[in-house]
Amino acid sequence: MVATRQITVKDGDVLLLVGTMKGAFLLRSSGARKRWEVGGPYFPGLSVYAMTFDDRAGRQRLWASTNSMHWGAVLRSSDDFGRTWTNPESANVRFPAETGASLKQIWKIRPGRRDEPGTLYCGVEPAALFESRDAGETWTLNPGLYGHPHRARWQPGGGGLCLHTILPDPSNRERLLVAISTGGVYRSDDGGRTWNSRNQGVRAEFLPDKHPEFGQCVHKVVLHPARPERLFLQNHWGLYRSDDGGDSWQDVARGVPSDFGFCMVMHPHDADTVYILPLESDEFRCTPDGKLRVYRTRDAGGSWEPLTRGLPQRDALETVLRDAMTADTMNPAGVYFGTRSGQLFGSSDGGSSWTRILGGLPPVVSVEAAVVGEPKPVRTAKKTARRALKARAPKRVATARTGAKRVVKARAKRVVRARAKSRSAPRRRVKTAARRGRAARKKK
Amino acid sequence: MAVTFMIPGFLRQFTDGRNRLASDARPATVGEALQHLWALHPGVRDRVVTEQGEVRPHVNVFVGTESVRFTGGLATPVAEGAEIWIVPAVSGG
Repeated sequence: MVATRQITVKDGDVLLLVGTMKGAFLLRSSGARKRWEVGGPYFPGLSVYAMTFDDRAGRQRLWASTNSMHWGAVLRSSDDFGRTWTNPESANVRFPAETGASLKQIWKIRPGRRDEPGTLYCGVEPAALFESRDAGETWTLNPGLYGHPHRARWQPGGGGLCLHTILPDPSNRERLLVAISTGGVYRSDDGGRTWNSRNQGVRAEFLPDKHPEFGQCVHKVVLHPARPERLFLQNHWGLYRSDDGGDSWQDVARGVPSDFGFCMVMHPHDADTVYILPLESDEFRCTPDGKLRVYRTRDAGGSWEPLTRGLPQRDALETVLRDAMTADTMNPAGVYFGTRSGQLFGSSDGGSSWTRILGGLPPVVSVEAAVVGEPKPVRTAKKTARRALKARAPKRVATARTGAKRVVKARAKRVVRARAKSRSAPRRRVKTAARRGRAARKKK
Repeated sequence: MAVTFMIPGFLRQFTDGRNRLASDARPATVGEALQHLWALHPGVRDRVVTEQGEVRPHVNVFVGTESVRFTGGLATPVAEGAEIWIVPAVSGG
C-alpha cells in the first residue's frame, strides 16, 4: 500500500488542492510560493474531481469528492488538513427514489456566500445541483433545476452530462448561476426555486441550429465578486463576455490561437483580468503547436496575450481540463494549473513567469487554491532588493571592540575551515608565486 | 449457518476488516441476503448498490460461481449454505 505523506499547515500558508484520477494531493507553501511541501496521495486509487476549502464560521475544512469506478462517489471532509477524512457509511449525495436517477460523479463542491456559512453546493452527473444548509452534513437535490422542462433534452458531453460550475452572486442572495455540459448556462433569480436558460449569443458549433435557447456545451464560467453582473465564459468553441448577468453574450476571442479550451480563471483582484489555456480543437484537445501557453486578458477580453515564460514551448502536447486551473487570493496573485500528463505548473506573479511545481502525478482533473488564515504580505523581488539595500547600509557603527571581536571570529572560522580541509586533502607542496614571494621577503 | 458473504478488500473498511461474514438468516433470494448484510454492516450497502437499489455496473455478485446477472439478478434464489461473493469487475484504467 502506498504511504501517504502528511503536511503541517501554518497560518498564512497557501494550499493547493490537487485532485487526480488516482487520488488527491495537498501542497503547502509560505506566501512566497517558491517551495512546496507535498502531502498525499489521499484516497489512492480513487478519482477526485472536486476539492474545496471552507474557512467560513471559524472552520478550516477541506472537502473532496472521491469516486470509485466500482463503489461510487461520496463527499468527504477533513478538519485537520488531510490527516483524517470522514468516510460516511451512507452516500451523502443521493438522488431521491422518485427521480429514478443514480449519482455517477460529483464534479464541483462550492461553499456558498460568506454571510451564509452553512450553505454549500455541489454539482453532479447526471446534471443536477445539490444544496446543503448545515455545512455539508446533509444534502438535498435542487428540485427546480432538476424538474426543468429542458432537462430531458440535455445531452452528455465528453465527460458525461454534468453540472460543473456554480456561481452564487455575492451581492444578491436570490441569484445563482450554474453551467451544464451540455445544457448551457441557467440562472435563478429567486434563490434557486426557478431557473431560466441564459445562452443568448453563445454558439453551439456542434448543432444544426447554431444559436439554440439551450444545449450549448459550456465548459466554464467565471465572475469577479466586485462586478458580479459581468461574466466570462469558455465554451466548446468560443470565448464570451456578458455584462448583464448572462442575459446576453458577446464573443471576445480576439488574438487567441484557438477559442477551444476547457478552463478559465478570474484574477482575484482585477475584474478585467482573466486566464485561459487554449487547446487546438475538439478533434485534437491538446495545446496548439506543442506550446504550453496560458493566455491572459487584462482588458476584459479586448485582447489576449500569451504567457510563456517558464512554460515548455516545444513538444508540449498538453491538455488542461475544466477544473484544473485556479488562482489564489494573494497579492501578487498566484495562478496554477495541472495537466493530464500529471504536471503541475504555477506562477506567483500573476502569470508573468511560471515554474513546474511537480511532475509524475496521475492525470490532474482539479486544482483549487486556498489561503489559510490571514495572508501574510508577500516579499516581491522589488521589496527584497530594497531590504537588501537597507541591510547593507550600516545601522550601528562598530566600536573598536566589537569590530575586533568580529575580525577574530572570522579569522577563527577561516582557521577551522583550513584545518578541516588540510585533514581531508593531502598537503600540497607546490610553491605558488605568492608563497615564493613571501619566502623571498623572509630571507631578506 | 445459512449464508456466507465474501467481502472484497475495499469494503473491509466497513466490515471491521473481515473478509468473510457468516449470517444466520435464511434468505430466499440474493436481494434478501444483501438486506441482512446491510443491517449488519451499513457502510457496505451504498458501495454495492446505487441509491435506486441496483447493483452498481462495475460490481459483480456471485452465488457460488455464478454471477447473478445471468440468473435473475437480486431475485436469484439462495440455497442453504450458499456463498455470496461481492467482487469488483476487472474494469478501470
